Amino acid sequence: MNKIVLPPNESSPASWPEGLTRVPYWVFQDQKIYAEEQRRIFQGPNWHYLALEVELAEAGDFLTTQVGDTPVIVTRDSDSEIYAFENRCAHRGALICLEHRGKHRKDFSCVYHAWNYDPQGNLTGVAFKDGVKGKGGMPDSFKMEQHGPRKLRIAILHGLIFGSFSEDVPSIEEYLGEEILTRIERVLGGRTPVVLGRFTQVLPNNWKLYMENVKDSYHASILHLFFTTFELNRLSQKGGIIVDESGGHHVSYSAIDPDAEKDVEYAKQQLRSESEYKLADPTLLQGFDEYHDGVTLQILSVFPTFVLQQIQNAIAVRQIVPRAVDKTDLNWTYLGFADDTPEQRLTRIKQGNLVGPAGYISMEDGCVGGFVQRGIAGASDERAVLEMGGAEAKSSESRVTESSVRGFWKAYRANMGL
Amino acid sequence: MSDNVQQYITKTQADYARCIDDDRLEEWPNFFHGPCLYKITTSSNYRDGLEAGIVFANSRGMLSDRVSALRDANIYERQSYRHILGQPSIISKEGPMVRSETSFLVARILQDGDTSIYATGRYFDLYEIADEAAKLNERTVVCDSSRIDTLLALPL
Ligand code: FES
Ligand SMILES: [Fe+2]
Repeated sequence: MNKIVLPPNESSPASWPEGLTRVPYWVFQDQKIYAEEQRRIFQGPNWHYLALEVELAEAGDFLTTQVGDTPVIVTRDSDSEIYAFENRCAHRGALICLEHRGKHRKDFSCVYHAWNYDPQGNLTGVAFKDGVKGKGGMPDSFKMEQHGPRKLRIAILHGLIFGSFSEDVPSIEEYLGEEILTRIERVLGGRTPVVLGRFTQVLPNNWKLYMENVKDSYHASILHLFFTTFELNRLSQKGGIIVDESGGHHVSYSAIDPDAEKDVEYAKQQLRSESEYKLADPTLLQGFDEYHDGVTLQILSVFPTFVLQQIQNAIAVRQIVPRAVDKTDLNWTYLGFADDTPEQRLTRIKQGNLVGPAGYISMEDGCVGGFVQRGIAGASDERAVLEMGGAEAKSSESRVTESSVRGFWKAYRANMGL
Repeated sequence: MSDNVQQYITKTQADYARCIDDDRLEEWPNFFHGPCLYKITTSSNYRDGLEAGIVFANSRGMLSDRVSALRDANIYERQSYRHILGQPSIISKEGPMVRSETSFLVARILQDGDTSIYATGRYFDLYEIADEAAKLNERTVVCDSSRIDTLLALPL
């Protein structure tokens, strides 16, 4: 894996082609671009998923996460409010908190020289501040309130905690827009989620290749035999794509439509997906009507790296964390809800087989990004072609389109000044 | 008797590992008997009592489906495993039902020859001892790490 990637010849704004239908491959390869993304996107005016509110149910609960490369601590303080701050000591920069998650925390103490922080991220103590026996110690000019890790702004939406390092980010409602808000509310609104499992899938590719994949409704019924064979998702099913104004957020959804089952378009294309494959235990796919709108699949993404998924009754949030130009962590959190019956809970757990690192449909998304990353090696100056469904980044009734992929690049370029 | 139990379990586990490593996956569901349960999870999920698995099967049909999906449906690069198993520890015994815990290390060999340590962890098993053999009723595979490289296709 650890190849030396030749720096692209043309990784400059000037070399980005006009329009939204071409994406230069250097954007997945260039170390400078990766660094610039950290500054402009991850530290910039965007909201980043941090955690679920239910994971910090009580005062004193805390967890650590990432916003891009930056380590972050999220807490619930004794005032019941959620706080987040950079997991970086104001002294010499060590991690303040080494644990993944925990409870009953009244303060955080850095192991290096024991500088101490309250759960809101304020520096509250400096070891040997006044020296020992009148010698040494901090000068009088040192004021604790002038030092501390950077704090994030927090927005909570239907139990999802988002954070931003930027003062310029609009409110979460304004950021997402009405249509995306409604679709988040559809899945999570008024319910208490329960974490059923957490897994990390380590992807051998640039983070943007995963986000493209999430927004790419074109591949779904071609790459994933499961989707088609069991009528979870066919491009001929009722459904559509929503792309927000910025381009960065999207929803892809489909509803069961028995008339589409024997769609001739599929037979004509001679796709792999027209096989005779059948399940020996079909209970895997026997779900329950959770949303009463016929929609069996809703994949929703929030720019830059958040995904909320409803695949039948398998509900999950996905957090995408870039680790290097060609390495990405995909954090899965599988959800149930507090009012699930035991049968409903079992259904969700069975349908968990569809998603995650071993998911009948998701394992493939875990490796195709790597196929692209390896395929484009040595082709930095070549470009991807995104013309399916036209050249725009607009909502569409058809899912045979790369509209929301183009939307991602629209938002990405706006963020990056490319 | 308990020496024999240890032996029976060791034999079943060795056969199980060979079955997967030799790519005889179609035979793999036959290792499970009775009300079967097969689950892959992580040690932090296991410790926190989280119910979902990376893989979850509570019928032999679901195990067969895993195999046929790998053969006919799923897309992934060819790969194989080498299982290295520790000695089983007997945790409890009630009549013919025996619970055991066994450490494993699984190396994954990709088609370009890359070999890496893919997973380490423990099997938590429930066996039924009958006819001088240990039959597997339940296997919970608890991986030490919560990070899975790229994908998990073959069973552990
Ligand atoms: S680095 Fe944290 S106290 Fe010195
Ligand atoms: Fe996919």
